Amino acid sequence: MTMPDNITIAVSKGRIYDEAIPLLAKLGIVLKDDPKKSRKLILDTNQSNIKILVIRATDVPTYVERGAAELGIAGKDVLMEYSGDSLYEPVDLGIAKCRMMLAGLKDGKPVLDRPRVVTKYTTITRNYFAERGQQVEIIKLYGSMELGPVLGLSDWIVDLVDTGNTLKANGLVTLDHIADISSRLIVNKAAMKMKNGLIKPIIKQLSEIVGDGS
Amino acid sequence: MTITNRWLLPEGVEEILPPKAIELEQLCRKIIDLFSTWGYEFVIPPMVEYLESLLTGTGEDLDLKTFKLTDQLSGRLMGVRADITPQVARIDAHLLKRDTPTRLCYLGSVLHTRPGKSGDTRAPLQVGAELYGHSGVASDIEIVKLMLATLNQLGINQTYIDFGHIGLFRTLSANSSLTITQQAEVFEALQRKAKDELKSLYKEWKVNDASSKALLELIDFNGDVSVLDDAKKYFKNFSPDIGQYLDEIKALSESITGHADVSINIDLAELRGYHYHTGMVYTAFVPGEGDGLAFGGRYDDIGSAFGRARPATGFSTDVKSLLKQQTIVKNSPPRIFAPASGDSALTEKINSLRESGKIVVVELDGQQASASDMNCDQQLVLEKGEWITKDIT
Repeated sequence: MTMPDNITIAVSKGRIYDEAIPLLAKLGIVLKDDPKKSRKLILDTNQSNIKILVIRATDVPTYVERGAAELGIAGKDVLMEYSGDSLYEPVDLGIAKCRMMLAGLKDGKPVLDRPRVVTKYTTITRNYFAERGQQVEIIKLYGSMELGPVLGLSDWIVDLVDTGNTLKANGLVTLDHIADISSRLIVNKAAMKMKNGLIKPIIKQLSEIVGDGS
Repeated sequence: MTITNRWLLPEGVEEILPPKAIELEQLCRKIIDLFSTWGYEFVIPPMVEYLESLLTGTGEDLDLKTFKLTDQLSGRLMGVRADITPQVARIDAHLLKRDTPTRLCYLGSVLHTRPGKSGDTRAPLQVGAELYGHSGVASDIEIVKLMLATLNQLGINQTYIDFGHIGLFRTLSANSSLTITQQAEVFEALQRKAKDELKSLYKEWKVNDASSKALLELIDFNGDVSVLDDAKKYFKNFSPDIGQYLDEIKALSESITGHADVSINIDLAELRGYHYHTGMVYTAFVPGEGDGLAFGGRYDDIGSAFGRARPATGFSTDVKSLLKQQTIVKNSPPRIFAPASGDSALTEKINSLRESGKIVVVELDGQQASASDMNCDQQLVLEKGEWITKDIT
């Protein structure tokens, strides 16, 4: 963990970054460097004690859990996959919204014995089918899940769905809604105790900005 | 297995080499000596015991953490201890059978099936102190002070201590309209301080009673000691038990406010060790670490599982992680090189040096390595018929 008055925020690359930066700006935290131009990995902000890391989504919980960053912004999909209770997730930021879905071929035959499912999200998939009381074979892929059923690699896929256009274009339909996904503010447990005076106001302001007032 | 990776140790299992190993040993001695001066008696529980006794009253967490093996003599399952505290509780409840307050301490390796988080050790060197037979806040105060005194040994100049109370969650969830399954989900959300998630769960369950709402509010009751006053106001019309829990935390934090180098944090939603803790829980943090360093709390129920309910509180820590925090670096004592010689005067000199605690490394016949090759800073030389130590230049 960084020095007593410093805060490092780890932000997932891509869509989450694009939607999180305006939120942070509302808190008065503005990037000095543009990560698209700069090759620096630790980015400065207008506040000298606050730095921002822009890293791969799946790495964000690791940085925050181990205290390399005090705060993080990560998708619920990554957090569900990360499993465990080793992080605080106080605020649902309501950004980068999408859905975790089960999908299969549009005119797929009913699956009789043990269905095969391709997914990047093995933990979520295992838990989902365990809750349904169904035994499945999970095949881990890192991208282009839609190919699974199309090429006969699997019967179903579990993946994030935003507009659903990719599914449609490949002749797939959604079969079940597993979870709503949005980004969360995550906090390192030790930082919450030691830097409470710095972190609590950030949590409070963020939940006011995104909150529904309840 | 190829020769190149045959020497690899299992993940999360490390060995400690010179000069760190002796520093670790010295730190262990310092801590046990400290515990002794506070009246804590040393016990040495076994490395393995039958699973039932090892896991009694400790809940599922410890079960998953414990390596199991079959005893060839009895066919029963044994476990390699993953925590020494339950063993010491068993010793207090079953073997000592005293009715007086009993203070026990211990030091030993434990083994975990899985690391706490990736990259953590699976074989901590656990040291701890436990105080049995007193249920008031005075015993918690003693344990917290002993925990701070232990960290003090390391020369850490800033410690953060976090106080919580398991009773709050127990009482509030018992008084709420939540079902057992819902309580488990609330517990899980509280551990992550997932306020927004809990709010939407409540909406889904149509839960609206005061105790359930208070559970949600617990998430925001963290910060400096002023949190306790706010909580006192908030919980004014709740069960008097809650007021008493808050008073206990207050008494505990007031007892250590005199320590200038200790900052206090209150977290009323802290539920660490919920499955066996029953009252106050305390965790010590130091800057630069993403996790707690020493953990303690009250666990009045374990003894009853062994047939004799005894109030209990205590703390423990991993000496290996303490060593990483040690800022007082003692200069290592000089090593004195003694040449190979049949001179009886030299033997006498070596003996007297060793008796006074000096390190003497004796040259072996035919040895090629010189005094400085042997990491010695001084050597014994014969001057005017007398063996004297001289610095190696």
